[in-house]
Amino acid sequence: MSSDLQRSPRFETPPTRRDVLGLASIWSACVALGVAILGALRLPMPSVFPESNSRVKLGPLGQFVGVPVTAVPEHRLWVFADQAGLYAISAVCTHLGCIVARSEEGFHCPCHGSRFDAQGNVIGGPAPKPLAYLQLTVSPDGQLVVDKETEVSAETRLQV
Amino acid sequence: MLFLLLVATGIPLMVYYKPSVDQAYDSMKEIQFIVPTGRFVRNVHRWAAHGMVVCVILHMARAFYTAAYKGERKFNWVVGMILFVLTLGLSFTGYLLPWDQLAFWAVTIGSEIAQSPRELTDALGITAWFDIGGFQKRLLLGANQVGQEGLIRFYVLHVMVLPLLMGIFLAVHFWRIRKDGGLTRPADADAIPDECAQSNGKGDAPESRPSRTYGLMAIVPGRTPAVDRSMANTIPTFPNVLYSIAALSMLTLAVMLALGYFFDAPLKEEANPAVPENPAKAPWYFLGLQELVSYSAFMGGVGIPFIVVLGLMLVPYLDRDPEDVGVWFGGRRGKRVTLLTAFFAAVVVISMLIFTVQYGWLRNWYPRIPQIIITFVNPGTVMVVAFAAWSLFITKYTNSTRMGALAVFTCFLVAFVILTYFASVHRGPNWNFYWSQSDWPVH
Repeated sequence: MSSDLQRSPRFETPPTRRDVLGLASIWSACVALGVAILGALRLPMPSVFPESNSRVKLGPLGQFVGVPVTAVPEHRLWVFADQAGLYAISAVCTHLGCIVARSEEGFHCPCHGSRFDAQGNVIGGPAPKPLAYLQLTVSPDGQLVVDKETEVSAETRLQV
Repeated sequence: MLFLLLVATGIPLMVYYKPSVDQAYDSMKEIQFIVPTGRFVRNVHRWAAHGMVVCVILHMARAFYTAAYKGERKFNWVVGMILFVLTLGLSFTGYLLPWDQLAFWAVTIGSEIAQSPRELTDALGITAWFDIGGFQKRLLLGANQVGQEGLIRFYVLHVMVLPLLMGIFLAVHFWRIRKDGGLTRPADADAIPDECAQSNGKGDAPESRPSRTYGLMAIVPGRTPAVDRSMANTIPTFPNVLYSIAALSMLTLAVMLALGYFFDAPLKEEANPAVPENPAKAPWYFLGLQELVSYSAFMGGVGIPFIVVLGLMLVPYLDRDPEDVGVWFGGRRGKRVTLLTAFFAAVVVISMLIFTVQYGWLRNWYPRIPQIIITFVNPGTVMVVAFAAWSLFITKYTNSTRMGALAVFTCFLVAFVILTYFASVHRGPNWNFYWSQSDWPVH
C-alpha cells in the first residue's frame, strides 16, 4: 500500500470516489459543527437586560428646590440647585465606574485618582470625560424624576 | 501541583458557596465561621492561588533566562503564556466571588476595562456604530450594571470554563515538554553529553537538551537541582523524576497548609454599590496594572497588557538564534546585558513614577487636551516605547536577537516588580502618593 503511494504521487492519480465522498462528508460535518457553534455563541448576549427602569422618582420637588446640594447615594448622583434651576450630576466616574466623592475642588475618585472641578470637568487623573449631567423632569404628581441613562449638556437646568 | 491543590480545595468550597448577590457574602461567612474546616480550606485555596501566580512568573523567568523557548519549544512557550493569562484570569474571577467590597469594585472596574475601548471609539466618534467596548462589557456582565447576571457569569468562568481550559493547556504543556525535551527519544538522549553540560553549566549544550521545564509543579523552579539532575540522567529517568516531583509536591503542600493554617484569607465588608473603598486596591498581582490603568483606562487595561503578552508570545519567533539553549542568561555577555537592562529599566520606571507624582501628566497641565492624546502618550506608553527602543538598540549593538530578547524580558520583569511595589506601598487614598501607610490621612 505505502509503496503504491510512493510510486504514484497523489496529484497525478485522479482521486477515487471513496476519497471524494469521504472528504465531502468530513467537511460538511465540520461546516455543520461550525455553524452550530456560531449559533450557540449568540446565547450569552442577552436580548433583554435585567435592569429596572432607569427613570426613578427622587422625592417631592420642594425637597430639592433651593437646597444647594442633595446627595442621593442609592442612585449614585447629586442634585444641585442654583439660580437657574436644578441639575443632577452622576457620581459614576467616567474612568472605570467607581463612585466619586465630593472634595474641596469638586469631586475626586478613590480608585485611580481622577479629579473633577465643581462643574464636573476633569482637572487631573485618567478620566477621559467630564462627569455626566443627568436629565431631570417633574412627574405629574410633583416629584422630581431623574433618568439615569439620559445625559444632558452641562448648561441644562430644570426650571422650577 | 498547586493547580491540583486548587481543584481539591475548590470543590469543597463549591459545596457551600451560593453564587447569588444576596447570599454570596453570607455563604462566605458561613464557610469562614460555621462550616467545619471551612476557614482552613478557603485559606489554603487562597494561598495556593497566590502561590500559583508566583510560581508561574518564576517559572516563566526561569524558562526565559535559560532560553528554554527556542527551537522546537517555541510553541510550548506560547502555551505557557496562555497558561499565564489563564492563571491571572482564574485569580481575577476567583476573588470576585465573595461579593465583598474588593469583589464588587473589582467586577466594576474589570467590566469597565472591558468597555474601555470606548476611549478610542469615542475619540474617533464611531461608538454609535462600532461599540466593541460596550459589547464586551455586556457580554461579561450579561447586563448593563454589575449584578446577579455578572456574578453568575464569573462563577461559571471560575469553576468551569477557565479550569477546563487550564487543564487542557496544562496537558498540552506537559506533553510538549516530553515531546520537545527529548525525554522519550533515545536518539537525543544518546547525543547529550549531559554530565559535562550539567557540570560547568556553560558548555555548548546541544539544542536537544531537556528543557528542565517542570510546568507549574516546582515551587521555585529555577533552583531545584533535584529536578535538573534527574532530567539529565539519560537512562532511568522515571523513578528519579517521580521522586523529585513527589518531594516537591510534599513541600508545596506543606508550605500551603502551613500558610493556610496560620494566615487567614481576607474577607472585606459586604459589597456596597454606593461607596468604594478608599483606596480600592486590587490584589498584588494586579497592582502594576492598576497603576497603568490610572494613566489611561484603555492603554493600561487593554493596550499595554495586550502588547506585552503578544510581544512575549512572539519572542521565540523573533529570536531564532539556536545559541545558548539551556544556559542561564546565555553566558557572560548575556549576564551583562541583563544587568544593564535591569538598571536601565529601573531608572526609566522610577524616573517616570517620580515625574508623574511630582508634576502630574498632560491632563493637569492642559485640562482641555483631547483624550486620544493621553491615550497614546501617557507614562505607561512612554515606558513601553523606551523599552522597545532599548531592546532594538541592544539587538543592533550586540547583533544578537537573543540579547534583544533578554532585554525585552528583563524590562518586563523589572517594570512589573517596581510597579507592583510602588502601587502596593506608595499609593494611598484617592490613589495619591504617600511614603508609607502611616502617612495616610485619618478619616
